[in-house]
Amino acid sequence: MFEVIFLQFLNGLDKGAAYALIALGLTLVFGTLGVVNFAHGALFMLGAFCAVTVRMFLTMETVTVDPTQLSPWGAPLEIREPLVQAWLGDFGAVLVNYSVPFSILITIPIMLLVGIGLERGIIKHFYKRPHAEQILVTFGLAIVAQEVIKSIFGPNPIPQPMPTDLRGAADIGAWLGMQANVITYPIWRLVYFLFAGVVIGAVFAFLQFTTFGMVVRAGMADRETVGLLGINIDRRFTIMFGLAAVVAGVAGVMYTPLLPPNYHIGMDFLVLSFVVVVVGGMGSLPGAVAAGFLLGILQSFASMNQVKAIFPGIDQIIIYLVAVVILLVRPRGLLGRRGVMEA
Amino acid sequence: MAQNNVVLHVADVHKRFGGLHALADIDLQIEEGKTHAIIGPNGAGKSTLLNVIIGKLPPTSGQVVFDGTILTGRKPYQINQLGIARVFQTPEIFADLSVLHNVMIPALAKRDGMFRLNMLRTLDSETGIRAEAEHMLEDVGLINRRHMQAGSLSRGDKRRMELAMCLIQHPRLLLLDEPTAGMSRHDTNTTIDLLKKIKARGMTKVIIEHDMHVVFSLADKISVLAQGRIIADGMPDQVRGNPKVQEAYLGGAH
Amino acid sequence: MNPALMSRNDLFLLLGFTLVVLAMPIWLAPFGAGYPDLLQRFMIYGIFAVGFNILFGLTGYLSFGHAAFFGVGSYTAVWSLKLLTLDAIPALFFAVIISGLFALVIGFLCLRRSGIYFSILTLAFAQMSYNLAYSVLTPITNGETGLQLTLSDPRVIDAAVGHTFVGQPIPTLLGTPIGGYAGFYFCAGFLIITFFIAQRIAGSPFGMMLKAIKSNQTRMQFTGFNTRPYALSAFVISGMYAGLAGALLAVTDPLAGAERMQWTASGEVVLMTILGGVGTLVGPVIGAWIIKYFENILSALNDNILARFFDFLPDGVDTFFVKVIGKFVGDGWHLTLGLVFVIIVIFLPGGIMEGVRRVAAMFDRSGGKTSTRTQAAE
Repeated sequence: MFEVIFLQFLNGLDKGAAYALIALGLTLVFGTLGVVNFAHGALFMLGAFCAVTVRMFLTMETVTVDPTQLSPWGAPLEIREPLVQAWLGDFGAVLVNYSVPFSILITIPIMLLVGIGLERGIIKHFYKRPHAEQILVTFGLAIVAQEVIKSIFGPNPIPQPMPTDLRGAADIGAWLGMQANVITYPIWRLVYFLFAGVVIGAVFAFLQFTTFGMVVRAGMADRETVGLLGINIDRRFTIMFGLAAVVAGVAGVMYTPLLPPNYHIGMDFLVLSFVVVVVGGMGSLPGAVAAGFLLGILQSFASMNQVKAIFPGIDQIIIYLVAVVILLVRPRGLLGRRGVMEA
Repeated sequence: MAQNNVVLHVADVHKRFGGLHALADIDLQIEEGKTHAIIGPNGAGKSTLLNVIIGKLPPTSGQVVFDGTILTGRKPYQINQLGIARVFQTPEIFADLSVLHNVMIPALAKRDGMFRLNMLRTLDSETGIRAEAEHMLEDVGLINRRHMQAGSLSRGDKRRMELAMCLIQHPRLLLLDEPTAGMSRHDTNTTIDLLKKIKARGMTKVIIEHDMHVVFSLADKISVLAQGRIIADGMPDQVRGNPKVQEAYLGGAH
Repeated sequence: MNPALMSRNDLFLLLGFTLVVLAMPIWLAPFGAGYPDLLQRFMIYGIFAVGFNILFGLTGYLSFGHAAFFGVGSYTAVWSLKLLTLDAIPALFFAVIISGLFALVIGFLCLRRSGIYFSILTLAFAQMSYNLAYSVLTPITNGETGLQLTLSDPRVIDAAVGHTFVGQPIPTLLGTPIGGYAGFYFCAGFLIITFFIAQRIAGSPFGMMLKAIKSNQTRMQFTGFNTRPYALSAFVISGMYAGLAGALLAVTDPLAGAERMQWTASGEVVLMTILGGVGTLVGPVIGAWIIKYFENILSALNDNILARFFDFLPDGVDTFFVKVIGKFVGDGWHLTLGLVFVIIVIFLPGGIMEGVRRVAAMFDRSGGKTSTRTQAAE
């Protein structure tokens, strides 16, 4: 029984990690800028498609037709030569193999630009407008983003292979001194979990230990006072929006091997992430992370057959159910402050 | 207890915020038909006291009794339905609606109670309520602006309209939180005249005010609040002469 | 007319609206939209949007879950058609009642919170309904396939009266099959009635309270109103509108699928209302018509049609135009919708109706006295 529970716990981690990362970005934007960003899921999706694009470039090949040789079907043989491998040799091959993690390097500057551009171009005009209008404009932006992606990449999911070395499963049970082959866990999920841990840790460290972070945290607590100190809080908030976009983007990149991205993956995650944010408490960063993992794990347990036998359909609604209960019983969420956005 | 002429009784109210003793041992008796001013320096706890009276903040101990009914724990709309209206420090109005509608709404609340599914008539056919609202607007001098959007009124006009919104309900007790703050001398004087006019109708009022001119031209009784305590209580002349008050409050001004 | 019932302006608006609606098959024909199937949808989504506006437009509560009531209405109607009778009236009646009850329960819970929390609560309830409709509730909803009419349905009332049908069962109104233009006029009748009711609500003291809730909840409370039953009434009424619209869709096209309840469907009615003009009477209807019109027209365009259209341009230039515009039509029409929507929210938050008003004000500067101001507030 312990093994079963432990396994479900592990199974919840990777989804929980994705929720936590998206919710973290949402909360950063909400906490600093006070904007309810319905386009945040689209940023996750854009990150995922950065990975798709990078892989497309890495796997570009030249095709030469050799009429002297015939393929097994009798047609002239096409010789495909991956360009990256031709130029970079073995390193190129490694690059192709590790295209997903490699994409992160390219995704970070792209998402930073997207985030800053979005904030400067559109979001900043909505700070003083009602939350309903913020929701609406970002909702519209999300539709635009996903339709652009759909018109470029088509409606179907595009699978991204994980690096060959990281395929397969790890025998976590054996590592922990239990019976072998009872608790096995796909390596990439483990990678995703660790990656999420690193990103979350980095964001917290950044906010905790840099002067930039301290100003931003002060601004989250009391924007006016910080503004009175003559600190240009707006520019910092712009950068925070960029940072939130980066967090969402890299979360999307690393998730591609687990779930082939399509154009509406962002919306799918967004709805859940909002629920996560609310459960954690609007504006609370630790709350967002904790609620992300909590809900991921709860969802994993709810999809156990034993549980479903007692509560049919519980796996379909568990997250929403938790959100409803939390909102009705404790509207500030698990770790939120009282009265945020209650009006 | 036969306290036939005490309308509002604030009984032994204490309010603590963490370690801060915002209100200590407050005991106030507001008599029917009188205008009772509560004055005091900034941070003395005036607004806290008002919020405790209106039920927005629960007192740490003690209670507020209005005409035999305990107010503590009641919702704002229940308190209003008991006959208490409130003017806010920054006017709380329906900024998107016309001035006339702003004043008609409280009149409908007075007539229909806290909820009525009244959708079979048009608003225009509520001629009685409309006439009443127009009469009220005439009283406060806003009749010519009745079709304007309330949000576009000047600050002084917004206050006057808010006052009209409260008066049209003929409340038994009117709470005024700095009704002349931010007004010009001229606007202040018209407001004082207006409040004097209502006084003649026998409405009980509690005024929180900074402006001594307003206080001494209106109040029948004054309570002075300093550091969460009532340090003096009495007729305007008594309070004016009280050395403790002069030290705590008036002394600084003169 | 008795002024207690309706003001002259309202009466003219209602008459004008009725005329425009009933004449739609004529004036929409040149635009390629004069066919019954699309016209029915105009009516149905018009009802949905008018109802949604009673909640969002008047009280300001932004629900992201109204598609759930639409879906409940559809399912209820199909079940009534299956179990009781093919007549549409009981189907619509039960749909309105059941979706109203559903809205009462969900609204009671959701309205304990306001602002973004309210939106998320409605979203959560709608997603729960959607997910359940797809999974555990398959016996009721028939899951992905959708709920359909079959020959073997019991239809107890029809059977008792001795009605028998030959071929595919089609919903009827007092024995007449509802399809084609009959279906359109059937739906149009409901749109006009529901528009009239919405007009009455907006012009009544009750409607004024709803607007006051949107304007300032604090003042509303201190004025002696319990705001919750007001908001809940608005929520239930708009839920019933959604149920009626869903039922009409089921009656004109007897197939109810769970995708009608998805949150994107809730988002669509929000788009319609915003596009047309939140808080106005006519705006949401126009928004619904425009979105449904372009959904049909733009999504039907393809590169071949575009190529013919741009034929007059020199070679190369025309293919460029076809390529670029091709991204915005056909499957890509949602992109157009998203862009239009973003532009509307940024530059014209009052939607098309505000645009109309601004243009009218430009032509009519001298006449823009106080009376237009109060109109604008309504």
